[in-house]
Amino acid sequence: MRDVYAIGIGITSFTRLEYPLVEIACYPAMMAMKDCGVRAIDHVYVANMGGGRINHQTGLASAVVDSLSLTPAGAAGIENGPASGASAIREGFQAVASGMCDVVLVTGAERMREVNNLDATDFVATLSHPLAEYVYGVTLPSLAGLFTKLYMQKYGVTARHLAMVAVKNQNNALRNEFAHLHQKITVEGILDSPEAMTNNPFVAEPLRFFDCCPVSDGGACVILASKEVAKKTGKPMVRLAGVGQATDTHAVHERKEPTDLLAVRGAAKKCFQMAGFGPKDVNVAELHDAFTILEIVESEEAGFFPKGEGHLALERGETSLEGRLPINPSGGLKGRGHPVGATGIAQAYEIVLQLRGEAGERQVKEAKKGFTCNFGGFGNNVVCLAFERED
Amino acid sequence: MSVDLEKILRPIENPIPPFPAKHVTLASGEDMVIRQVTRDEIPDILVYVAPLLHVERDYYDVVAARLYGELLAYYRYRVQDEYVLVAQIDGEVAAVVNGRLLSPEVGMSYHTVALRRGLRIGAHSFAAKMEYHIDIMKQKEVLVVAESPIGFRRWMIEYKLEKRFDIPHELGGVPSWALTRELFDRARETLVVGRRPVPDKLLEKAKAGLLPPSDPPTPPEDLLAATRSRYDSTGTALMAQQWKQEGKV
Repeated sequence: MRDVYAIGIGITSFTRLEYPLVEIACYPAMMAMKDCGVRAIDHVYVANMGGGRINHQTGLASAVVDSLSLTPAGAAGIENGPASGASAIREGFQAVASGMCDVVLVTGAERMREVNNLDATDFVATLSHPLAEYVYGVTLPSLAGLFTKLYMQKYGVTARHLAMVAVKNQNNALRNEFAHLHQKITVEGILDSPEAMTNNPFVAEPLRFFDCCPVSDGGACVILASKEVAKKTGKPMVRLAGVGQATDTHAVHERKEPTDLLAVRGAAKKCFQMAGFGPKDVNVAELHDAFTILEIVESEEAGFFPKGEGHLALERGETSLEGRLPINPSGGLKGRGHPVGATGIAQAYEIVLQLRGEAGERQVKEAKKGFTCNFGGFGNNVVCLAFERED
Repeated sequence: MSVDLEKILRPIENPIPPFPAKHVTLASGEDMVIRQVTRDEIPDILVYVAPLLHVERDYYDVVAARLYGELLAYYRYRVQDEYVLVAQIDGEVAAVVNGRLLSPEVGMSYHTVALRRGLRIGAHSFAAKMEYHIDIMKQKEVLVVAESPIGFRRWMIEYKLEKRFDIPHELGGVPSWALTRELFDRARETLVVGRRPVPDKLLEKAKAGLLPPSDPPTPPEDLLAATRSRYDSTGTALMAQQWKQEGKV
């Protein structure tokens, strides 16, 4: 296999966007091409989950490649639930690593605010098991609520730990101009004050409002290329060192131990094996905190902390921007937002930015190795990526 | 015989019990004071409402235009039994709410405008307004309408307001909804919060001056702007056009 490098990155604001889905996919692609100065693209991958259902837009890849004037480059859409973004990067990686392509453009986009929050929640819930979960009214917040309750009972995670994740990530997002939420929050305001229950009501007990990510529109893009092309850009050399993917049962209740996220564990393991380094070497990570509990659990399953001790590392401040392993400096899904098809690529965007040393106010000191975890379904399809800066 | 026309034009001054100030801790941890303002303070508020006339998003323009008129009419004695409450964070004006008495038993809610978005600033202020009508003025119900979808979600859905569609509301003559005492009692535990008395220092700071909002809603710099970020001030087509002009493609 050839080495693969992330040479160009682009992103939109994650918020409510007024322009069409195709534009949301194209804009970050334009930014990424501008970033690296490369416009000769062999193949385009477009990650998206709900275009056909909520935006009445199918064949997105064909629309994007034409809008970007990149025809006759190959183009394909990737739909893999909320893991669509990193799945598309994985496809792009294979294309370059195999020698089939020299430069691929991987863009992801979602326009979820076209529908109201109830419809958006329902649309995401369609990824659950149609007969064992969806028909009974299961939604992602409800699955996450049940999961959180079990995790609290088993490992001693408390509402305070969840609030600490929310505060950390939402406050990181204050330093990210593209983040959806630009509001400082405090543990006092969302947990301790007499008004906390009104400020932060239960959504799916024990998860509260500030434990859940917002519904966002947004797009992100990463351009991957061979070493020869990467060298010509003059940008810092950021190698996509590892890619790992793993799956688990579709229905959550079929898992032997529902508090184990085996797909995260498996994907991270494969990813680190390929990268040739381990969790201890990672300087910065972007984890899929669609719900605050997930950041804690993924940090354990990826191998950063022992099982059941992620919340203790959080308490010690190890995952803060100034800590030993900053997690979600971008604000994560909680603060930056979660346009499902774009999220995995936005995570990669952040890590590349960090490894280049271009993250501004939220720059992690001496970041050389980074990791992302893009969590599909309720942990039934997970893609992890490892990046390394080569000096 | 001389006639004092102003006496005829001015509404009758009915005694209304004052709204006792209260304070609420927001999700940000900041303390927000909600208090009643005097007529003399209205010109200071008008300065902050006027720029919202040009913010199309979420019907700020419609709401600001009407609110401006209501505040001005209050200031110049051309509206009957109106009151105005403000929400302040460190002196900064975060929200303005107002309404009036239609009769001793029925209130007419006018507007709720958040000058700082999020953190339930508008929702807390609206709750204080309803508390004023139901608990302090002892009214039976308050007639409410919403001009924006956000308002509809906050008032009609969260409080489960009753329809009073046979009564045209003073805001545009549209069908009214009603918050009854019973509905208010049901919402009391979850939506109506705040503490009294307000600590002296906090209240003094609020009364010392109506400071300008730090992050008010603003119109987009570029009418084609798709997001609040200046980095996204154009769509792809325009960007491609620019690149073509620059010879980049």
